[in-house]
Amino acid sequence: MRAVRKPLIAIPSQTVGPYLHIGLDTEPLHGRMYGPETPGERLVLRIRVTDGAGNPVPDALIELWQADAAGEYVGRPDHDNPDPGHSFRGWGRRATNDDGWCEFETIRPGATTAPDGRRLSSHISVCLFARGLLRHLFTRIYFEDDPTLADDPVLALVPEDRRATLVARRDGDAWIFPLRLQGAGETVFFDL
Amino acid sequence: MEDPQRKARTVSDRDPNLAGSQPPLLYPPYQSTVLRAPERPLIHLPSDYSDLTQPVYGHLPIGATDNDLTRQCPGGEPQGERIIVAGRVVDEDGRPQPNVLIEIWQANAAGRYRHVNDNHPAPLDPYFLGAGRVVTDSEGRYQFTTIKPGAYPWRNHPNAWRPAHIHFSIFGRSFQTRLVTQMYFPGDPLMAFDPMLTSLPDEKVRQRLVSRLDMNLTQPEWALGYIFDIVLRGDSATPFEERV
Ligand SMILES: [Fe+3]
Repeated sequence: MRAVRKPLIAIPSQTVGPYLHIGLDTEPLHGRMYGPETPGERLVLRIRVTDGAGNPVPDALIELWQADAAGEYVGRPDHDNPDPGHSFRGWGRRATNDDGWCEFETIRPGATTAPDGRRLSSHISVCLFARGLLRHLFTRIYFEDDPTLADDPVLALVPEDRRATLVARRDGDAWIFPLRLQGAGETVFFDL
Repeated sequence: MEDPQRKARTVSDRDPNLAGSQPPLLYPPYQSTVLRAPERPLIHLPSDYSDLTQPVYGHLPIGATDNDLTRQCPGGEPQGERIIVAGRVVDEDGRPQPNVLIEIWQANAAGRYRHVNDNHPAPLDPYFLGAGRVVTDSEGRYQFTTIKPGAYPWRNHPNAWRPAHIHFSIFGRSFQTRLVTQMYFPGDPLMAFDPMLTSLPDEKVRQRLVSRLDMNLTQPEWALGYIFDIVLRGDSATPFEERV
């Protein structure tokens, strides 16, 4: 395919550094993504970020982006929103604590439909920033009890032995998603 | 039927699509990358599957002093050199990007962050919080008033000092255009020794992060003006982009 040269080139990324909290972790409410009227199954999602030595990453920032329970993105202009108060925005942000954990309260997203018509299994998009990451990373969270995972076209792009790194598991009341930056069990990251 | 594996295209830091316009994930002179950079190649996600929708970010309404870091503390003004930082957000096709949320954070004039983990023995400023927010106007323009941050030491290597910089977080039209970066000041001699900048081997690419002094933006007897224009990735489904 021929390369298409854009007139301008995006400016480079730089790390958020260790003091990201001053600018980006100012609103604790961004960890709760739904309101009282939001339809859908509530879930608690706990994410733990660890480095190549298995140590917690205490200065990471995670942003989530997901569809609503009907599988629609609330930002879409054609979305016939069943949640007229827009109490669900599909976006969340939290910084990790000293032990690398952060927690979101959200709803289980519905399966979505890609522009090519393929059905995408219920998933949450993740954007990860941290000291030591000169560029941020993208990954996805799927759910272990979802019977459609074998048919998901994105998981199909991932080598079979690494797919489990994208699947959250249920633990009591919460869903747990380990996010390993490097080494054994390294999480799959995507280039968008 | 098309085999989805055929669409798989792995990229590494040597991928021509990045070609030095973005920093590598692993850059050992910046020590924190060594245990945090993924070792496995990233997996390319075709745009059909990458949720390229317009997020409705959860930002609260912008307050009156959110873009003026010199007026956020009742009772006084911060010490230091007052500056205006302004610019325009466009995409790679040069189209202005309106309604883009920009968040900034920075050290005070003495090089100290108002942060529990900053142990630099430089004074905190009781009148400086160090964070601001703004949303771009219909032409993609933004403006902050702040003070020029000081250089500060860090422990990356012996006698390591960060050049003066302001951290920028920018939301574009989709998750794909999300960007966090840092703005530097022209002529700062510390830039040559800073591994965050030297991770970009091409001086021309580094210069995209260096603001420029502008005498039209500068306000007489009040504040120097620095222009920092921001080009975000395009989020179109353009097949391949040459990123030089
Ligand atoms: Fe900094």
